[in-house]
Amino acid sequence: MRLGGARLRERWDGTGRAARWTAAGSALVLAGGAAAWGLAAGDAPVRSRAQTVRVVDGPHDDQRVALDTTFFPPAGGGKGPAIMLGHGFGGSKDDVRADAEALARDGYAVLTWSARGFGRSTGQIALNSPDYEVKDARQLIDWVARQPEVALDGPGDPRLGMAGESYGGAIALMTAAYDRRVDAIAPQITWNSLPDVLFPNYAGGGPATGVFKRLWAGIFFSAGGQRQGDACGRFLPSMCALYQRVAEAGRPDDDAIATLRRSSPASVIDRIKVPALVVQGQADSLFPLDQGDANARGIARNGAPVSVVWYQGGHDGGDAETARVRGYLRSFFDERLRGRGGGPAGFTVTRASGIDSSTQQVSVEAATARAYPGLRANLRTLPLSGREQPINNPAGGSPASISALPGLGALGGLGDLGAGALAGGGLAVDMPGQSATFDTAPLAEPFRLTGAATVRIRVSGASGTGQDGAPLFAKLYDVTGQGAASPARRIADPVRIDATARGGEADVTLPAMDYRFDAGHRLRVVVSTTDMGFATPAKPAAYKVAAVSGLSVPAVPALRAPAAPLPAWVWALPAAALAAALAIALTGRGRRRAAGEFDADRADVPLEITGLTKAYKNGHLAVADLSFTVERGQVLGLLGPNGAGKTTTLRMLMGLIHPDAGEIRLFGHRVTPGAPVLSRLGSFVEGPGFLPHLTGRDNLDLYWRATGRPRDAAHLDEALEIAGLGAALDRAVRTYSQGMRQRLAIAQAMLGLPDLLVLDEPTNGLDPPQIREMREVLVRYAAAGRTVIVSSHLLAEVEQTCTHAVVMAGGRRVAAGPVAEITGSGRRLEDAFLEIIGEGP
Amino acid sequence: MSGEQGGATAAAAARDGGAPGYDVRRTLPLRVEAVRQFRRRRTLVAFAILLMLPWILVGAFKIGGDPGREGGAPGLVDVATASGLNFALFALFVATGFLLVVAVALFCGDTVASEAGWSSLRYLLAAPVPRGRLLRQKLAVALGYAAVAVLALPLMSLVAGTAGFGWGAVSLPTGGTFPTGQALGRMGVIIAYSLVAQLVVAALAFLLSVTTDSPLGAVGGAVGLVIVSNILDAVTALGSWRDLLPTHWMYSWMDALQPQIQWTGMAKGTALSVSYSLVLFALAFRRFRTRDIVS
Repeated sequence: MRLGGARLRERWDGTGRAARWTAAGSALVLAGGAAAWGLAAGDAPVRSRAQTVRVVDGPHDDQRVALDTTFFPPAGGGKGPAIMLGHGFGGSKDDVRADAEALARDGYAVLTWSARGFGRSTGQIALNSPDYEVKDARQLIDWVARQPEVALDGPGDPRLGMAGESYGGAIALMTAAYDRRVDAIAPQITWNSLPDVLFPNYAGGGPATGVFKRLWAGIFFSAGGQRQGDACGRFLPSMCALYQRVAEAGRPDDDAIATLRRSSPASVIDRIKVPALVVQGQADSLFPLDQGDANARGIARNGAPVSVVWYQGGHDGGDAETARVRGYLRSFFDERLRGRGGGPAGFTVTRASGIDSSTQQVSVEAATARAYPGLRANLRTLPLSGREQPINNPAGGSPASISALPGLGALGGLGDLGAGALAGGGLAVDMPGQSATFDTAPLAEPFRLTGAATVRIRVSGASGTGQDGAPLFAKLYDVTGQGAASPARRIADPVRIDATARGGEADVTLPAMDYRFDAGHRLRVVVSTTDMGFATPAKPAAYKVAAVSGLSVPAVPALRAPAAPLPAWVWALPAAALAAALAIALTGRGRRRAAGEFDADRADVPLEITGLTKAYKNGHLAVADLSFTVERGQVLGLLGPNGAGKTTTLRMLMGLIHPDAGEIRLFGHRVTPGAPVLSRLGSFVEGPGFLPHLTGRDNLDLYWRATGRPRDAAHLDEALEIAGLGAALDRAVRTYSQGMRQRLAIAQAMLGLPDLLVLDEPTNGLDPPQIREMREVLVRYAAAGRTVIVSSHLLAEVEQTCTHAVVMAGGRRVAAGPVAEITGSGRRLEDAFLEIIGEGP
Repeated sequence: MSGEQGGATAAAAARDGGAPGYDVRRTLPLRVEAVRQFRRRRTLVAFAILLMLPWILVGAFKIGGDPGREGGAPGLVDVATASGLNFALFALFVATGFLLVVAVALFCGDTVASEAGWSSLRYLLAAPVPRGRLLRQKLAVALGYAAVAVLALPLMSLVAGTAGFGWGAVSLPTGGTFPTGQALGRMGVIIAYSLVAQLVVAALAFLLSVTTDSPLGAVGGAVGLVIVSNILDAVTALGSWRDLLPTHWMYSWMDALQPQIQWTGMAKGTALSVSYSLVLFALAFRRFRTRDIVS
């Protein structure tokens, strides 16, 4: 296992992804994986040189160590400022290759190295000791200064930044304290004081009275390369002995504290006077936010500019936000090593703002403030309820409460979204009888706590407590309106308070965090006797715990997250679409403008067709230069063989087909699609058209209502009489025979007694008596001064009904006039017709 | 449309040539079109399915017991039985991708194509109902039915869910809860967005409806294109190109189920849906206006 290395991340990234709120059950909406723009094309190739650099270190400068390094010159060529990238504990230079390549691509000369005792470097681990690792780093700076691709501030003094996570971040801080040539540092998720990290006491007693962070210390130590039969791995023997001593005792001795302090930036913080970017993780129970706070404030006290970033990740896992953190590092070094503006803000906190449902990723926003105000800004006090409560330390210290576990931080981001209860749901967090709880009143409005809350507690009534007082664990919970409680952050702050019969009081600092408590929620302080991550006494004991102050909570209202800007296309696209839609809908309209054109002289001419021409898309000329006129009172027969263009003509007459040339006038009005004059036309063309699910009566009724004309103008009864459907009128049309539909359609054409009636093959499907009846109807209809046009191929039929006829063939008019004229004397229409269309005898 | 001087009705009628009492503004009233569509079996079946599905789902949960958690991913199904509101959200979730798409495509895709199929279209146009007006009235009624369909499912789910699982706060899959007041507000946002998101399906179906004489082709074509869009959406290699797929943002209403509403996805989805719809509707009108009706 590596600390601060990529492997922890990778492992828990998987957990995070699984825990993301995926749209279960939908196979079509697949969770988008990581963004597809990884190492896309277009990245300049990065060269690198692996090299062994020999250094001499040790308290007496007599130990020879070969360090395994890789040097990445600026990808674009030329000289660039140098950046030394350290790796996490248990890792090697290979862990930071991707970061190094990214920086080299940005024009930096980057050196990565495996620290002594790691990777292929020789030597033993001394925990970033000034006698060992710091001396190594200083000699690496000498080496960097000799590289021709590195920009120099002076002879042997490169323009130099140092960065790294965890172990690699601490060496950046330590080297900056011991070597003036370091110009800027960006330590990430690292420690300020190692003794306070391993033996924390958040009641202020110092590491001597601290509680041993057993789980993390063990993981930390075992990452130093243990093998079977070799308990010390690659640790310096004195370091190994120190660890074994304190781990066995569960408490530090003075020598251990002194040694660990020498490996801590805290011991030399007053000597770090270079600009710093302190990146600390919100999911980090090993080096919590207070460690970064101590580093930042210590450096700022020396007058150096400091920016602080709290991101989602950390040693516990969580979102590594690699791209965002890299961006901050780059802008920081650009500002400090290359003098470009636009470095990171004084204080940046990333917050889970929600889940992007289209990618199923937690979306994270960055809130920034100009300056870093520390962990105790804008304090206010929330009263706590809860009387003094008795709690027990179980014999053997088991079962222990669980707060932080390496990796559980992966759920931290979701916790901020109200998922805390879910995260804790499967895990018993607090054992019964072991914890006291103190609640605030429900919040009237949402409250975002940024920093570390404090509360004064009193512990007393101890039986069986040790000589140092009782180790207790203070945590902050978020309690919903329904009473469901979950840790705001999965971090417990251990304290040790004198708990003899007389009792003791102490101000307890709760874990530092950035967390939003919703309106209606309560803040809950939990004080428990055990925690899985820490060494607790095996001896059973009972205490009484009381909160003697309110909860003092910090906030940084200056932190503002810019509203996630909507991409410009969100506004531009609909506007462009509207413009396009108008262009589409309003162009090509020309042929409609002629509507309403009226020739008053022809107001009495029911139909006048002039030069009508229509060619279909396939080139077939259906109607060619057709002209004829129908006078009032005529019953005109439109005759012609199949394909003569009769139906096409009638469709143009109804405004269904656009003529290519020529015009049709009804009562002087030019026919265009939807021309109002069509309301004086009743038509039945190419078969009936009814809604099959409606009855015959409803069809006629709804059709008439669709014309929008007054109901009493319909003359429905006369039409129904012509249809002669009887009781069938109230059956659905789909049950009708073809003849019944035919009659209903003719009735529909006659609704409103139109001035011009056009019937296409009206006698199809009628029996002889009905045909005879229909003939009489048409004659009567015309006799009342209206006009009828009948298209038919039954010539005998036409002969008996029509006064006039127009004969078409091949789209042209071949004859027109009174029927008697066309037939001539004594001929039957059939003979005349065949002769006219050229197939006669 | 008639005279500019507004003379006597008869004179006006004479001038535009219409029969006495004919007024283009009174043709194909919405009520008439609504009645014509409503009595169709397909309308009634569609609504029957949408209104019965919630009760079937309630029955399924009652028989099958509480939804078990499978795998690590919490979803709306895990909290479907927490309350009536939760159940309504779950029903909307399972219906968004296909059932509502089919319902919307049915109402908007069938409306003109079925008239063409029955040949009744030519008689309406010769009545005459001007083409633009016919399309407008039909679109309004079709969108109305589609909207009622999209509303009917969550509302009936609310009734069924409340009957089955009681009235209460909404439990979020991520573990939080909304009080009922806030939840109803969010529900409104969700339904409103669902309507907007389905607009693109409506527009696509409508365009196909004026293009083909086969109602099945129009409805099936629209549903088919939605399926193709969904399949493309699953091709992660397309990267951000997928953002332009009409169905990519269909589930963005789930962003309203977070402690703070995430508007970005819904804003993008709305922009895209409205844009596609505007263009598709415009194409439909242009096409219908200039088309020769040969059905």
